Amino acid sequence: MKLFRIRGGVNLEGRKELTAHKDVILDLVIPDLLHIPVQQHIGTPAAPLVEVDDYVLKGQLIADGIGSVSAPIHAPTSGIILRIGEYPVAHPSGLPALTMTLEPDGLDKWCELPKPLDPETASAKEIAERVSEAGIVGMGGATFPSAVKLNLGEHYNLDMLVINGAECEPYLTCDDRIMRDRPEMTIKGVKAMMKALGVSKALIAIEKNKPEAFHAMEKYAADYEGITVVDVPARYPMGSEKHLVQALTGRETPAAGLTADLSVVVHNVATAFAIYGAVYHGRPLISRVVTVSGRAIKKPGNYYVLIGTPISFLTDICGGFTEKPKQLLMGGPMMGQPIPNIVVPIIKGSSGILALTEAEIKERRAMPCIRCGGCVAVCPCGLVPLELAALIRHDDLTGAAKIGLKDCVGCGSCSYICPAHLPLVQYFNYAKGRLKADEANRKKQEKTKILVDSKNLRKEEIKRIRMEKFAKQKAEAAKAKLEKEAKDAEETL
Amino acid sequence: MSFIPPISGPYLRENSDVRKIMLLVMLALLPATAYGFYLFGWPAIILFLVTLGSALFFEMICLAIAGRSISTYTLDGSAILTAWLLALSLPPWAPWWIAVIGSGIAIIIAKQIFGGLGQNVFNPAMVARVALLISFPLEMTYFIQPVPFLNEGAPSFMDGLGIIFGGSNFDAVSSASLLDFIKTEVGQGAALDQVMAGRYQPENWLLGNSISSMGEGSALLIMIGGIALMFLRVISWHIPLSILISIALFASVFHMIDGARYPDAMVHLLSGATMLGAFFIATDPVTSPVTPKGQIIFGFGLGALVFIIRTWAAYPEGMAFAVLLMNAMTPLIDRYIRPRIFGRTRQGDPLDIQEEL
Ligand code: SF4
Ligand code: SF4
Repeated sequence: MKLFRIRGGVNLEGRKELTAHKDVILDLVIPDLLHIPVQQHIGTPAAPLVEVDDYVLKGQLIADGIGSVSAPIHAPTSGIILRIGEYPVAHPSGLPALTMTLEPDGLDKWCELPKPLDPETASAKEIAERVSEAGIVGMGGATFPSAVKLNLGEHYNLDMLVINGAECEPYLTCDDRIMRDRPEMTIKGVKAMMKALGVSKALIAIEKNKPEAFHAMEKYAADYEGITVVDVPARYPMGSEKHLVQALTGRETPAAGLTADLSVVVHNVATAFAIYGAVYHGRPLISRVVTVSGRAIKKPGNYYVLIGTPISFLTDICGGFTEKPKQLLMGGPMMGQPIPNIVVPIIKGSSGILALTEAEIKERRAMPCIRCGGCVAVCPCGLVPLELAALIRHDDLTGAAKIGLKDCVGCGSCSYICPAHLPLVQYFNYAKGRLKADEANRKKQEKTKILVDSKNLRKEEIKRIRMEKFAKQKAEAAKAKLEKEAKDAEETL
Repeated sequence: MSFIPPISGPYLRENSDVRKIMLLVMLALLPATAYGFYLFGWPAIILFLVTLGSALFFEMICLAIAGRSISTYTLDGSAILTAWLLALSLPPWAPWWIAVIGSGIAIIIAKQIFGGLGQNVFNPAMVARVALLISFPLEMTYFIQPVPFLNEGAPSFMDGLGIIFGGSNFDAVSSASLLDFIKTEVGQGAALDQVMAGRYQPENWLLGNSISSMGEGSALLIMIGGIALMFLRVISWHIPLSILISIALFASVFHMIDGARYPDAMVHLLSGATMLGAFFIATDPVTSPVTPKGQIIFGFGLGALVFIIRTWAAYPEGMAFAVLLMNAMTPLIDRYIRPRIFGRTRQGDPLDIQEEL
């Protein structure tokens, strides 16, 4: 298939050899405690349906999605709800979040699951509904509720599904392993998604550094009409949704728009696999494949893990650390989140747990920018990162917004390449956060102002009505007086 | 809404480093520098060391005054590189105080007052070169016929000290540089081919057996260093190539119009500071544009200015002036020449979907 060039990007050392060749470990023992945050997706947090001391079965709904962009949460195993309260999670803010703690009873007893659907006969709506009920979210790390994306056909004229199997982040191999080990299920999931979206064409994009996955997927895709497996260049950030679509179709998603504007919807490989489970077996999303890697991990590998499993449990399973890790991460080394505490749980979007050594990170002291232009050359979004950084340093956030701060996808290519080791992405995330907070504040103030204004308006209206009434009364009185005088005059005549 | 600054990656870094870049540039300068030492002997070596030493001294004093880490910033290599480039563009037997004043201007005025590494608008070495040329025209145009090492009449170490620090009447054949010579003679009405006869042998310029500044003698060796830097991706081709093409273009056109007045492209490319300027000075990242397109505009303008100054202005050599003038244009170029943002038109509006379909 003809591919198209995308701007910028960097060639990263994959470091996937640490885990790529190992089979996924499926039969982990159940941890002593599972910590299940109510927010594992983008959107409104789910609302707990259980109380402390409730007994729950595996797969039972324990928190329900609220509003249109949200996702329900299910019990990963059977057991007792021990506690509902704040607990550390891997979130950029570093703050704890509302979490349900489950003490497994070891029986791993399933609740009654919804009936399997046959994508051939089920309606698009039924499939999307099933995906929504199963609490499936984008599992590449974006964690956007998948059902919302499957329903995009209601508002957009769609014609293609793209399955993102690029896995362009170094170290991560969980998608690679899913495609190698479960190609048939993944492709069945893709088929169900095509049905839900109402499209007849699907492209599965896999980076060239995963030939085994490519061949496995291609072998099974041959049985299905409309599904093509494409190998794309291994160049970071190939897995960025809009850039992947550009590489495949040559078309650029408009700023602030969706790929759906180009009639394309993108889903991740692991998501397709989860959707297979939900549609064909009625299973909610309660576990996922996680890559545990980094040179500080003794036995790196891929593990099939229950949602809510503490990281410490996983690192123990991996034989602990070879040395004190310099940085613990959830996700890939380019865009992943630092883990504040080893007790934080695996959530739906956790593609990887990385324990990186000092030598791997090569953290070095920041120097002044020498204007080398490296960051400009690699930015896939066509930005001028050094200028953005300079404006942000001078606290000119509006200026930064004007030259495209909001168009930055945060891929980190600029920081990666910078010879001055400037924390560019750090600046950008800081500024984006501030702008968002300012925006929220402004909206709030506007709202208050509208309220106050309307109150003032009402007051004036009342005053005006009163004045009118008064004037009318006065006029009437005057008129009456005149009439009376006229009458009196008449009478005196 | 309260605001918590997020912590972000990436937690991977390429092996690039400011210090490493400076070091590679110096390595690339080594062949031309060593050849300059060979040609001009001990005085050149001593002058070179005086330039570097004084630059480091000024850098440390400025850092100390500014309260910045002396070890980190002195070792970043930028001061040494600046002094190195300055030394290469000095007449090889210039007196010591020229070197010291030059370093002072480059480091204190052109670099540190602007805020240090990365903050300066003008190339420090070229600021110093121009300032020296204007203030001390005599010393700055005192060129000598090279007497290479081991040749009869080459100055010894003691002679070298004497030449640089004064008090020695060492016997050297002084001479004007080729560009200077052409300018004077043609200006007095002589025909170019007569002027050139006997003075211009291209193979001499290639190898560097010419009358020139310390490091500008060998176009070939400088070019080799520059091309090595391109292969190492320390510099890109955009600036050097556009400068060379621009100079060659202008020279050829005028040479075609009046061959008796205007020397051909080869003379311009191989003599004076052309090669050093194109590969090592104009490519200074701090003072040149950041986008490839901007760099091409920068290079083309720079080449044009070099030709114009050499041909019509009062100075025979135009590189330093041209670099400074284009440095001044850099912020403007960077302001208007920028990449198109993904998903937006050049004007910054979101792309039209209909148009795309
Ligand atoms: S890569 Fe770093 S040093 Fe180079 S221009 Fe960008 S911010 Fe400056
Ligand atoms: S992090 Fe933002 S500015 Fe940096 S390269 Fe990626 S998109 Fe460009």
